[in-house]
Amino acid sequence: MELYVTEISRYVIAGCALLYTLFSFLVFIYKGEKRRKPLYVMLNIALFMTQFSLFIQIFAKTGSKRYFLLCAIQLIVIATTIGLFKLIYPDGNRLIISNMCFMLMVGMVVITRISYNKGIKQFIIASVSIIIAFVIPELLFRMEFLERCGYIFAAIGLTLLLALLVYGTVINGSKINFRLFGITFMPSELVKLLFVFFAASVLSRSKDFKTIVLASVLAAAHVIILVLLKDLGSALIYFVVYLCILLVATNNPLYFILGLGSGSLASVVAYKLFPHIQVRVSAFLDPWTTIDNTGYQISQSLFAISGGGFFGLGLFGGTPSSIPFVEEDFIFAAIAEELGIIFASCVALVCLSTFIMILLEAYKIRNDFGRLMCVGFAVTYIFQVFLTIGGNSKFIPLTGVTLPMVSYGGTSVAVTIIMFALIEGECLVRSDERYQDYLNKKKENKASGK
Amino acid sequence: MENKKNYSIIFIGIFNVLLFIAMITYICVYAYTNKIEMMDNGYNAHQQLLKSQNIRGNIYSRDGEILARTVTDDEGEEVREYPFGKVFSHVVGFATNGKSGIEKFSNYYLINTSLSLANKVKAHENEEKYMGDSVYTTLDAGLQQTAYEALAAHKGAVIVTEVKTGKVLCMVSKPDFDPNEITKIWDELTEDEDNTQLLNRATQGLYPPGSTFKIVTALEYYRENGDSYRDFSFNCTGKFKSGDNVINCYHGENHGSLDFTKAFAKSCNSAFASMSLDFNRSKFESTLNGLMFGQELPWEFGYSKSTAICNDELPEGDMMQLAIGQGTTLVSPLHLNMITMAIANNGTLMEPYLVDSIQSDDGKVIKKYDPSKYKDILDEDEARFLQEQMKEVVEVGTASKLKGLSYTSAGKTGSAEFKDSTSDSHAWFTGFAPCEDPEIAVTIIVENAGSGGEYAVPIAKRIYDTYFDAE
Repeated sequence: MELYVTEISRYVIAGCALLYTLFSFLVFIYKGEKRRKPLYVMLNIALFMTQFSLFIQIFAKTGSKRYFLLCAIQLIVIATTIGLFKLIYPDGNRLIISNMCFMLMVGMVVITRISYNKGIKQFIIASVSIIIAFVIPELLFRMEFLERCGYIFAAIGLTLLLALLVYGTVINGSKINFRLFGITFMPSELVKLLFVFFAASVLSRSKDFKTIVLASVLAAAHVIILVLLKDLGSALIYFVVYLCILLVATNNPLYFILGLGSGSLASVVAYKLFPHIQVRVSAFLDPWTTIDNTGYQISQSLFAISGGGFFGLGLFGGTPSSIPFVEEDFIFAAIAEELGIIFASCVALVCLSTFIMILLEAYKIRNDFGRLMCVGFAVTYIFQVFLTIGGNSKFIPLTGVTLPMVSYGGTSVAVTIIMFALIEGECLVRSDERYQDYLNKKKENKASGK
Repeated sequence: MENKKNYSIIFIGIFNVLLFIAMITYICVYAYTNKIEMMDNGYNAHQQLLKSQNIRGNIYSRDGEILARTVTDDEGEEVREYPFGKVFSHVVGFATNGKSGIEKFSNYYLINTSLSLANKVKAHENEEKYMGDSVYTTLDAGLQQTAYEALAAHKGAVIVTEVKTGKVLCMVSKPDFDPNEITKIWDELTEDEDNTQLLNRATQGLYPPGSTFKIVTALEYYRENGDSYRDFSFNCTGKFKSGDNVINCYHGENHGSLDFTKAFAKSCNSAFASMSLDFNRSKFESTLNGLMFGQELPWEFGYSKSTAICNDELPEGDMMQLAIGQGTTLVSPLHLNMITMAIANNGTLMEPYLVDSIQSDDGKVIKKYDPSKYKDILDEDEARFLQEQMKEVVEVGTASKLKGLSYTSAGKTGSAEFKDSTSDSHAWFTGFAPCEDPEIAVTIIVENAGSGGEYAVPIAKRIYDTYFDAE
């Protein structure tokens, strides 16, 4: 009997995820949130169906009560988040919240399956972050002065990174040490927020050449420190995010091309200088000849992705633990192995749907700071997703970044949730803009009427 | 200004959408196309996983005999059993201490299961493991056994293939080993420096082709002279001299006055050495390439590449050696069999294959391997010309032991000298039957036995007897 359930649930899970993905894109047919309402209902039903079928599979396979309890609590938390958000922020964007819940849900299920204790920890951090996230949109809406604090953000961010650099080298110069430090708190994740704030704020206030040079120098300083910290993934993300914000702020493709050019030049220099980059690239080009050494991680990841087939081996059916750092860096491979390549592709597509929605929101915001911030966060998010999934599947060299909200890691989850809350805050600003327009128009009408 | 702003956001959006589409497509295609190769990688933990869930599937011959199966021994351990022992040792291979043969080639299917859900549930309820998928080979247990016995204590190899489909019916290599004992005898096998027992001589063995290479030389003569080959005449005195180079006929036999067909049938070294001196070297080179010498063969298992070198710089002596298949020329039995297949099939070479289908234990066909044409390596009239020449070898020449039987056949013998002394030679035979409508091609090498006509042809006769009796 259990076998019937576990086997059939593989197909049901893939089907539900496909359905969810489909609705998360169908939403774009309509322009206004109001007309999207029926689609959101379907979307959330698909979300709960996915979650429910995942739970059924876990329960059929393990028969353990503690999983059942945890799953039930998770279901309640997700349902409450979606429900409460709609209540408190009727003007917010609901797709972003639903997608966020979908990703959190997938992450919690997969991490719980790999390690029960880590799953609990992840769940608690996510819950706390969600509670904090409820206040953020309102805060952002009220604290307009944040827009003018660009250089202060840069100063805080650089100080944090520098402190990390000094602290890290005092103990041990190695990369792992950086991770150890990050068990409680990963500064590079938090600084991502500050960095986007800084770039959006400085470039929204002035677009003259002097400001651009100064901002670029400060941004480059961030990137260089990250390279020195051997955190290549974050360095790349910061770099690309800054370029995109610069492009949107200045509308000048020349800056963008110039930035890309100097970036490529810098990466060639970095490749020549740092042996660990060369190792990564050679493991990317041919993981098979060094399979017992540097190519081990990536080849195990590829085994997992291809071994799962279209529908996966089922939760608890595969061997995700054979990939080192699977909960942090290779969660995508674990998803593909046990839930199948269809489900894994759906996860990637849902990320894309979130990204498109944020850009659409940014497109409509007239406040320069808000627009740049949304673009910055959107690019931070999607580029990080790209680096992880691409790295896991040997599409690009491995950079060791996490899949936002799915991978294990408290700081990463908290920061991404806060990021999304900030975007929601901007949505409020935008709807306020529209309300002001409405008032102005009314006034004009009255004036002309007189 | 407002418009321009929109463009940069749209650009970022579209760029990322395209990037993701490319990435997801790449992931799906890569995972799907490399699935089998990755599963067979020794570092893949899924192999152990499947091993704990499924019983390794069976391997069958085309006449329904079990060639390999998994049984549980007294201690409850799963072991691989090969009911025919040494008979199929190389071609079926082994699955422990590394993998070889069909066990390696079809490993992915053997360790996976395609049982229906209902049958899985049945096994699950009985607390049994799932039965892995079965491999149905093209091998014929009867023919294999005949060939194995016929080769007796000699070293050597036998291949039998269906010329119209490419199905390999029999593939024997000796010396052999007992795959049932592979773990016990492994050290002994691998300590042997030449690895000679593990080597599948049928595909990996390289031998001087000797007179069987005259098929190639005859083809070149026909390509350069066409039907005027009928005007060829040669007076054999037992040896042929050109400058300082001397070519002797086998055991110095004096063949007297010969036309082309006789020279081929009697396998006169002197006649072929003399005709080779008039060859257009670059044409001969392209003939050799066309017959896959020094090239890849259409064969998915391990094999060794044959060599036959002809160019403008080749000294006359070496050219004469080449024409009679001696000197540096080397060929594998598989390769010679492919050439024979193409001749018998009017010039078209079908890709030889060993696995006919994969079926689940409950009878579902998972994968079917169909015959596929590799290339027309000969023109039809060239093939017919060679067929005629090879018929005469049986009628009046060195393979006369095959004459006057209930079936007709054609072929070419060879006695390849591999040392300076003239007494030791490898016995070759390659041929096809029946002549009217060729069905099978047979290639035999018996190492260090003597002349092909005496030692290889009788083996061919036993194989034909079994094949045509069974029909």
